[in-house]
Amino acid sequence: MTQAQNIPVTIVGGYLGSGKTTLINNLLRHADGKKLAILVNEFGELPIDADLIEAEEGDVISLSGGCVCCSYGNDLTSAVMDVAQMQPTPDHIVLEASGVALPGAIASSLSLLNNCSLDGIVVLADAETVKSKSTDKYMSDTIMRQLTDADIVLLNKIDLVASEDLHATREWLNGCSNNASIIETKHSTAPIAVVLQDFERQSQPLDSGAPQHVDQFHTYKLDMEKSVDPKHFAEELIANTPGIVRAKGFVRDKSGDLKTVQIVGKRFAISESPDNVECGMVVITVQP
Amino acid sequence: MTITIFSARKIITMNPARSNTTHVAIRDGHVLGSGSLEELAGWGDYVLDETFKDKVIMPGLVEGHSHAMEGTLWKYTYVGFFDRMDPHGKVWSGVKAIGEVLARLKESEAKLSDPDAPLPAWSLDPIYFDNERVTRQDLDKVSETRPIGVMHASGHILNVNSKALELAGLLKTGIDHPGVPLGEDGLPTGELKGPDVMTPVGVHVGFDRDMLSCDEEGLIDFAKLCVRTGVTTATDLAARLPDDAVAMMSDVTGRDNYPARIVPLRFHHGVTPVDLIEHVLKLKELSSDRLRLGMIKVVVDGSIQGFSARIRWPGYYNGADNGLWYISPEQLREIINMSLEKGIHIHTHTNGDEATELVLDCMEEGLRQYPSLDHRFTLQHCQLADRAQFRRMAKLGMCVNLFANHHFYWGDEHYNLTVGPERALRMNACATALENAVPMAIHSDAPITPLGPLFTAWCAVNRLTASGRTQGESEKISVADALYAITLGAAYTLKLDGEIGSIETGKRADFAILEDDPESIAPEKLRDVKVWGTVQDGRIFSAADL
Repeated sequence: MTQAQNIPVTIVGGYLGSGKTTLINNLLRHADGKKLAILVNEFGELPIDADLIEAEEGDVISLSGGCVCCSYGNDLTSAVMDVAQMQPTPDHIVLEASGVALPGAIASSLSLLNNCSLDGIVVLADAETVKSKSTDKYMSDTIMRQLTDADIVLLNKIDLVASEDLHATREWLNGCSNNASIIETKHSTAPIAVVLQDFERQSQPLDSGAPQHVDQFHTYKLDMEKSVDPKHFAEELIANTPGIVRAKGFVRDKSGDLKTVQIVGKRFAISESPDNVECGMVVITVQP
Repeated sequence: MTITIFSARKIITMNPARSNTTHVAIRDGHVLGSGSLEELAGWGDYVLDETFKDKVIMPGLVEGHSHAMEGTLWKYTYVGFFDRMDPHGKVWSGVKAIGEVLARLKESEAKLSDPDAPLPAWSLDPIYFDNERVTRQDLDKVSETRPIGVMHASGHILNVNSKALELAGLLKTGIDHPGVPLGEDGLPTGELKGPDVMTPVGVHVGFDRDMLSCDEEGLIDFAKLCVRTGVTTATDLAARLPDDAVAMMSDVTGRDNYPARIVPLRFHHGVTPVDLIEHVLKLKELSSDRLRLGMIKVVVDGSIQGFSARIRWPGYYNGADNGLWYISPEQLREIINMSLEKGIHIHTHTNGDEATELVLDCMEEGLRQYPSLDHRFTLQHCQLADRAQFRRMAKLGMCVNLFANHHFYWGDEHYNLTVGPERALRMNACATALENAVPMAIHSDAPITPLGPLFTAWCAVNRLTASGRTQGESEKISVADALYAITLGAAYTLKLDGEIGSIETGKRADFAILEDDPESIAPEKLRDVKVWGTVQDGRIFSAADL
């Protein structure tokens, strides 16, 4: 690579009790050598298995396998800056927003940090309660803003609701989070490659530790032999791929330069590509 | 033990049985009594101290909402619009135009020997310059080579020069962020709005990351400001209070010459409610006479002028989106319930009336489960509360500490921009609080506005805005009520009214020593009452000798 790559940051949002902590534990359990830096609002709610913890010092817990977990309290930006400076550099930062935070606002702030880039906003919604919570006297607008900010909504705890209710909730979600891909989950078990953009792994079978859910995803590769206008290509891919969740790869633009194209939900980003890569895109879709 | 009797021109006791006297006798840092010399002589041999024979003595003033970092900020260059006194007694004249801001920055710049050292300044308020903004090009005239950062008075906006943007990697086009306005050239203008935007650049201009922290020197300087403003007890409202900070505060406040009693509250952020309660119970054990620990501050929403306060329908006057919650109702409820159960004292920050409503709802539920006859949970700021909310506060046994100074500094902006004319009139409704018998204090939120309870009292009595308009005639209070609010009123919200806040037998010998009589001076001159110094725990502190 010719330049230091930005560290991808995934924001995990959603109201209290939607399953954020469970999702983060799942990610840690399936990190598989990837050095994840997890930022949480407070430690108390992250029940990390004691045998995973190697050291604990102040606001930082070091986990086996190179992952770290930090609490940020009221100063999220500083915490992200600190984590991005850690040695060894984390492969990926996962930022658990507080239950009342607006993930879109956090994403805006991250855009000002030089060595980080937004990988996506994943918002969990509790299938049992999200619809009624969305009319809460105090929290209504906060919950709606969280859902609107999402690139991917994990509609979680689907095992706790009747199928007709689930259908109604899903229809309702479609209406209020028009930019997001909606994925149904139990116990927050979405595959790591869906939650975190991970090019190396996307060509492999998805593993979430919960095989029953892998069925809903479909992964395929586009060769991308012809040169394209990357922006136009990304827009078309999003518009013409029902259920697109994520896509990442390299394309050659009209002037012959290689570009990285990343898609999450309806959002895409185009950047300079690293050296020595081959053209091609990996696309993950979810069955609608 | 030695008895000292102070004579005075007048003593305002706040004891209704004898509200004005001429002498006060003290022993062991406590008041034996106040009355005539003949009456006090009955306590036995005494030394008559006539230092204050031409002065007015009143109970040591109590600041119920301040931050000790006011002491720390004076390390930076002051560029506020209003005259302001530093811990060493120097009154910095207010700067009245952008040119004057730059001139003062140049003076400070000339004193820096390290060419790369940052130049931080604070308390800028462009509202008073017809809202003309400071640009990076303006600040570049002060220096193009060292990073410069100027914090606004509100604490919500930072102006920086090109060098600071460059160091933070933000001197580039293509930035798309509501908190980073761009110039015609597509580059940031240098104005950074909101803490998330300020932090990445703030570290390059010399502003410590944790703006709420206060170091040893800052805590010492803060107490000097207390002496100069007649304050003998002040809160440090919201700190994380890690072990090393508590050890430092215990050490500093325990020194023989430390002139103030500090009441630090533990900030709710960054820990679960269960851990928060556990920490505060431990802190309570570490309390000493001049360091009172064991209370909690919960921040529920943001600020009105930053449009981050949660306000009820119909929302902000200029149509801005509603503000931000800094805690969920579930967590707030959990903290309130556990605190009621364990007898821990909470103060809640709510600026907007929706945030206030949430606290009232949670209290109503909590008290049904954990009836508590004397909890004194206090709504801090509570700027927008309406009359119905004050009636609920009264029923729920809550106290309120209103931000009277805000009205002066930002009242015009609230009228024109944030909440509009009608609600601006009811902001910081002191008269409504008293009418509904809600125990009330008033505050400065120093360093957001300057520490100085007599100034705060003046604000509550006159309700003038900076432009000179009276805003909310019906919410004005009397001088007597205002003096009560800055002594016993504030002491009551801290459950210290049995110890401080009045001059009567058994209470702490904490006095404010004044050159003028606040009871007889014209109400519109209350802010001009001069402070000689304080007596704290029977120890004399002259402002002139600090």
